[in-house]
Amino acid sequence: MRYTIRVNGRRRVVESDADTPLLWVLRDDLRLTGTKFGCGIAYCGACTVHLDGVPARACVTPISAVGTAAIVTIEGIGRSEWGRRVKSAWLDLDVMQCGYCQAGQVMSATALLAKNPRPTDADIDEAMSNNICRCCTYTRIRAAIKRAAGLPAGDTREADHE
Amino acid sequence: MNSDDASLLRDPPRSAPSPPARLSRRAFLTASVTAGGGLLLTLHLPAAARAAGAPAGRPASAEINPFISIAPDGIVTIMAKNPEIGQGMKTTLPMLIAEELDVEWKNVRAKQAMLDPIYGPQFAGGSVGTPLNWIPMQQVGAAGRQMLIEAAARTWNVPLAECDAAKGLVRHRPSGRALPYGTLARKAAALTPPELDSVTLKNPRDYTIIGKFTGGVDSARVLDGDRLFGIDVIVPEMSYAVYEKAPVFGGRVVRANIEEIRALPGVRAAFIARGSAPDAAIEMGLVDGVAIVADRWWDAEKARRKLRVEWTAQHRPRQSTQAFEQEAARLMQGAAHSILRRDGDVDAALARAAKVLKASYSYPFLAHATLEPQNCTAHAKPDGSVEIWAPTQNPGAGARLVARTLGIDPGKVKVHMTRAGGGFGRRLQSDFMVEAAMIAQRTGRAVKLLWDRTQDFHHDAYRPAGFHAFTAGLAASGKPVAFRDHFVTFAQNGRVASSANLPRDHFPAGYVPSLEFSQSLIQLDVPTGPMRNPGGNALAFAFESFIDELAHAGGLDPLALRLDLYGPPRVLPTPPSQGGLRIPPFDTGRVRGVLELVARKSGWSRRTALPAGTGMGLAFYYSHFGYVAEVVKASVNPDGTPRVHKIWAAVDIGRQIVNPAGAYNQVQGAVLDGLGQALHLLITVENGRIVQGNFDTYHLLRMDEAPPVEVHFLLSDNEPTGLGEPALPPVLPALCNALFAATGTRIRSLPINRLHSHGTTT
Ligand code: FES
Ligand code: FES
Repeated sequence: MRYTIRVNGRRRVVESDADTPLLWVLRDDLRLTGTKFGCGIAYCGACTVHLDGVPARACVTPISAVGTAAIVTIEGIGRSEWGRRVKSAWLDLDVMQCGYCQAGQVMSATALLAKNPRPTDADIDEAMSNNICRCCTYTRIRAAIKRAAGLPAGDTREADHE
Repeated sequence: MNSDDASLLRDPPRSAPSPPARLSRRAFLTASVTAGGGLLLTLHLPAAARAAGAPAGRPASAEINPFISIAPDGIVTIMAKNPEIGQGMKTTLPMLIAEELDVEWKNVRAKQAMLDPIYGPQFAGGSVGTPLNWIPMQQVGAAGRQMLIEAAARTWNVPLAECDAAKGLVRHRPSGRALPYGTLARKAAALTPPELDSVTLKNPRDYTIIGKFTGGVDSARVLDGDRLFGIDVIVPEMSYAVYEKAPVFGGRVVRANIEEIRALPGVRAAFIARGSAPDAAIEMGLVDGVAIVADRWWDAEKARRKLRVEWTAQHRPRQSTQAFEQEAARLMQGAAHSILRRDGDVDAALARAAKVLKASYSYPFLAHATLEPQNCTAHAKPDGSVEIWAPTQNPGAGARLVARTLGIDPGKVKVHMTRAGGGFGRRLQSDFMVEAAMIAQRTGRAVKLLWDRTQDFHHDAYRPAGFHAFTAGLAASGKPVAFRDHFVTFAQNGRVASSANLPRDHFPAGYVPSLEFSQSLIQLDVPTGPMRNPGGNALAFAFESFIDELAHAGGLDPLALRLDLYGPPRVLPTPPSQGGLRIPPFDTGRVRGVLELVARKSGWSRRTALPAGTGMGLAFYYSHFGYVAEVVKASVNPDGTPRVHKIWAAVDIGRQIVNPAGAYNQVQGAVLDGLGQALHLLITVENGRIVQGNFDTYHLLRMDEAPPVEVHFLLSDNEPTGLGEPALPPVLPALCNALFAATGTRIRSLPINRLHSHGTTT
């Protein structure tokens, strides 16, 4: 089947079986490898992309279900104001360890802030608990979301040396 | 990596760190000029150091592998020789060089080195990256700086002593003249580099890079979605591969519906492959399987799901977690198979004791579950060589395994290290590398092999389960006078399984007058291997929880009991060096230091004022040369699950934190990693196979369960040591001890939420 999809503002034509997950169309056909594979069953969030601004798990989204939705991936998220702010907060706080989950984390965090620019801790828990970080960078993800929102972050590194 | 290095990974020295390795006198630098007029500094290791340190026994490559190159525009490129798995070495090692070279960090580019003997040991494991490289990397930088100063002095024809370097500029103090490194590079390239041991290193007060908060060198690229990880590798003409293996370890292929698979859309090849040896499953080598190669990974994966393979029956009755538990309970009733250590007369001391306590502890198998599933790209060339791109912690071992299994010369295996989406010890194994190389060789093409998540769970080298039957006797004062551990663990191929041993000197050995460690073995067909803090990630829970039981039974403050057991500050005799590391003496003063610090920061002495149902627990653990004490504050939710309010960690890894950003990340990450293990993580074996197959049944910690982690470094006057592992173990017992303080219920079996989790219970 031939599908025409919109990825990061560009029209792309792909040849694919209807059941192929969007994740593999992005990674292997379009060579947009920033979106990651972690579980394949919508349990880890590594493959999070936006479909019309809503976070979606690309690993369980068949290409046939995408339709005309605007797809944004980690490669394109920096073009939005929230995406830019989230990425720079992530760098300022040196959030990542291995970094493998972080594309998905940034996509979820950006979607949260676009909808809710002043999230509470409970909002952050709810929006971010679908994204696993095996390196457990959670304390800094929380702080970076608050920093991007301009909220006091309560730095998680207690930096006093004895 | 030689066997000494491997022992560091498998059984990290328990009484260990310090005056870290210096480059041997015979290691030397050479200088040369780049085509563009820059300076290249190349480090040459003496033959002996290469043999000991270099993984694949292949000759130094003909390509130039400079440690440092300085371009005419002043941009300094520094090779990061070790794999990057999230531990931060690609940032830390170049920081060490850049500090002594005296360049501005913004002008430094860190570049991942390939596997090459010229770099010496290249691996990520055992938390030895910092102690092994701390001095050598600074020496390399200082030698470069000295040459640039000399080049400037010659240019100006002035005495060396009148010149200084800082921020990539050499200055002549009397005249105020200055020249940038980029301009001096060509001239410096003609000089003879100084002896490495002759260079003077900076006074730490003058550091401008070491000790400064430095973000990861590749972080921005990760957030741009650039191709950095193994799974992202694309090489020309590449196909995608999957490899199906037996669900029961050691199973061999009898037959498979290969013809049917070959006819599926997109499939280019499908074949049965034979494993290399009968025990390959245990040794993490190449095992029997069916390979499918297709144009896209999804095509290969869809075809794999249509595979019908008949596997051989197993040689032993099918193993299960339940049977292991029954066997352990039976063994604990009888005499141990062997005695590991015996001090004094435990039976006599128990008979005299004012109080005797008995308790059994157990913990389960665990999977590494790196978020990036195992994968590897391999390209078999017409000349018989194989080029590999792998997210590996242990490229040398991988290259050797590939060469041996494929029957090719080790010099014909070329390994690129990619960024790895987590390691935790999983990628010390090389099974995924040999599979990819084999498929590439058989099909004569470039293939990217990728495992799906279930394969990743079902083919790991698991953290071994274990069982401890403790007995202790207390004096009337409450102090332990007798201690016994009958440890039931696993055996493979006639020896204790990998990472399943109890070190003879494990605490409290040496601190209780009458003590016995004994061991009994259960045969195991499931592969095991090191996982972040091997040994410690399991033993700390059992021992430090039981120590807490002793404190409560003896009416003592758990902090006071530990301080009392370790005794006054003193340095114990120095053990011999291991794997190129000189092992520093164990210092009880450092134990006291972190215990007192964590108590102060957490408000330990005021814990009795906490509301009913909330408690604090404490634990200390020494591992990988690091001294770490942690306190957990916790209560229990209405549904009976624990709620962790906050965790404090006090860490002594020496006088200098090389990169505070990375250091805090490692401690916070390790603490939460351990918390997740204690709460949820469980791998069970049924009918010889692993039950859990994805994150729906293996509950990694999530955001809503992650409490704040407050980290404090105690800067003691000792050489800096590593931090990837030592902060993990104490949190498990500290949590269990906190829950006891909160509820009066003692947790003696992990994970805590075993009954609450919707995964399989045994
Ligand atoms: S890969 Fe899609 S949620 Fe895990
Ligand atoms: S940073 Fe490694 S999985 Fe999140």
